[in-house]
Amino acid sequence: MTEATLSPPLAGAPSLISWYEATARQRLAALLDPPSFDEFLGPDQREVSPHLPIFDLPEQFDDGMIVGRGLLDGCPVLVAAQEGRFMGGAFGEVHGAKLTGLLRAARDIPGVTVLILFDTGGVRLQEANAGELAIAEIMRAMIEARRAGTRVVGLIGGRAGCYGGGGLIAGCCSVLVVSEQGRISVSGPEVIETNRGVEEFDARDRALVWRTMGGKHRRLIGGADLFAGDSVDSFRAAAITAIQRAEPFSQDVLAAEQARLKERLSRFGACTDATEVWAALGIERPELVPAMVTDDFITLANSKQEAHRGAR
Amino acid sequence: MGLDDILVSLFPFGHDVVVADDGLILGSGFFAAERLAEVVGLAKRTALGVEGALALAGRLLEILGRSPEGPILVLLDSDSQRMSKRDELLGLNEFLAHLAKALILADLNGIPTIGVLYGHTAAGAFIATALATRILVALPDAEPEVMDLPSMARITKLPLAVLQDKARDTPVFAPGLANLAQTGAVHKTWNPSESLSAQLQELLMQLDPGGDRRDILGRERNGRPKAAEIASRVEALARSYA
Repeated sequence: MTEATLSPPLAGAPSLISWYEATARQRLAALLDPPSFDEFLGPDQREVSPHLPIFDLPEQFDDGMIVGRGLLDGCPVLVAAQEGRFMGGAFGEVHGAKLTGLLRAARDIPGVTVLILFDTGGVRLQEANAGELAIAEIMRAMIEARRAGTRVVGLIGGRAGCYGGGGLIAGCCSVLVVSEQGRISVSGPEVIETNRGVEEFDARDRALVWRTMGGKHRRLIGGADLFAGDSVDSFRAAAITAIQRAEPFSQDVLAAEQARLKERLSRFGACTDATEVWAALGIERPELVPAMVTDDFITLANSKQEAHRGAR
Repeated sequence: MGLDDILVSLFPFGHDVVVADDGLILGSGFFAAERLAEVVGLAKRTALGVEGALALAGRLLEILGRSPEGPILVLLDSDSQRMSKRDELLGLNEFLAHLAKALILADLNGIPTIGVLYGHTAAGAFIATALATRILVALPDAEPEVMDLPSMARITKLPLAVLQDKARDTPVFAPGLANLAQTGAVHKTWNPSESLSAQLQELLMQLDPGGDRRDILGRERNGRPKAAEIASRVEALARSYA
């Protein structure tokens, strides 16, 4: 599950760093106003997973989750970032509890914004029960915070994507920003293929994975609100816009979401592939969508799918 | 204990709970002479897909609109989330999150939500239903799991025999009611040979008004040694900047 932990030095100005290639710490450093980031329970505290040694797996001093505070465009924010290179960014006991604690505090800080930099394969199987429960606790804390007025902005564009329970947490955020590389899904390609066969889903067909779960499709169907290019600069600009769009959670929002999802099922429920969904949206040449450059795609997405304010 | 027997024991004053062809449980029942519980859920080990999640959330919204006293019971014998290309194409993560949000909102609105796990459940279906309730109880033959051990062996690349061996002394990853209870997910296991209606009324009288205490339960039961402490330390640090 774990990829190589050492990343090559990134060339160029911080703003041009690839979000996909960067580590979680590199993303945070370049996303926030320098040098504003201040970490809670950082690696010096060595709060590692108590469960990985049972499987003879190495721990990491931050357990793959970095939480803290900083400034974004001069505004105070609480931040959480997952490191997809450690255990696939998966939710374990310590990893998840850090985000739960951050959201519980956010509920009682008027007007605060929480930024979550997702990069996760879902539940960490070596501590599956703790990870599953952590996801439930995070969702509960997030909805309580949003109901109290806290804005929660999710940013998705990392190597591990946003899979499993991570997809459910993303579905609870006020606003989501996604890049082309940001895949959002509950069952991953391999899980579907393993359980249902290669005829249902060929996990090796990368084009199929991108168009079914990738950021462009999620933006077009309204699963994400804003599309970013694969640079920290682009994510920063989108995050600043996203904060202004965030709406508190309420019964009216839930009812609007019910209508939004019902409409999606009735419009696209008979489609068997993403290209059919895009054609049904009125895109004349859907086969060209995967190759479109960022600016052209954003123009297209804005003309075909309005961001659904107050329906998430 | 089968669903029919559960309904009889829960609702001695009558009920209209039915299981539809798609496996959804919908209805209501009187657990005391003048106390009505709303019922939603999944039966017959049904996988939770986009249509099922939307239908259950729609029922919950309709219940929320009436502001009943409650409780809302979530009866569960499900598969995992429905694993298909179509469900993911349509954004299953949003549908499951939407259902969880409906349950959480009901509780925040003061309508107690109680999960009753009487069969199997797994993965995303578990998170979107039973784990989004205020209190989760189980019957003794419940079979919750995040993932079955053979699938876990495939993904972690560990031999099944090694996992089975470790599962004996490590509650944190192995499937099963006792393990999930130890981590704090399941509050209580009901006794099927006593009245479920009486056990429900007892539970409602003991409802603790304050917040999500599952991490504290997990620490007390020695199933999650660190979650409660880590969460409260981060919470305190974040608050100190407010």
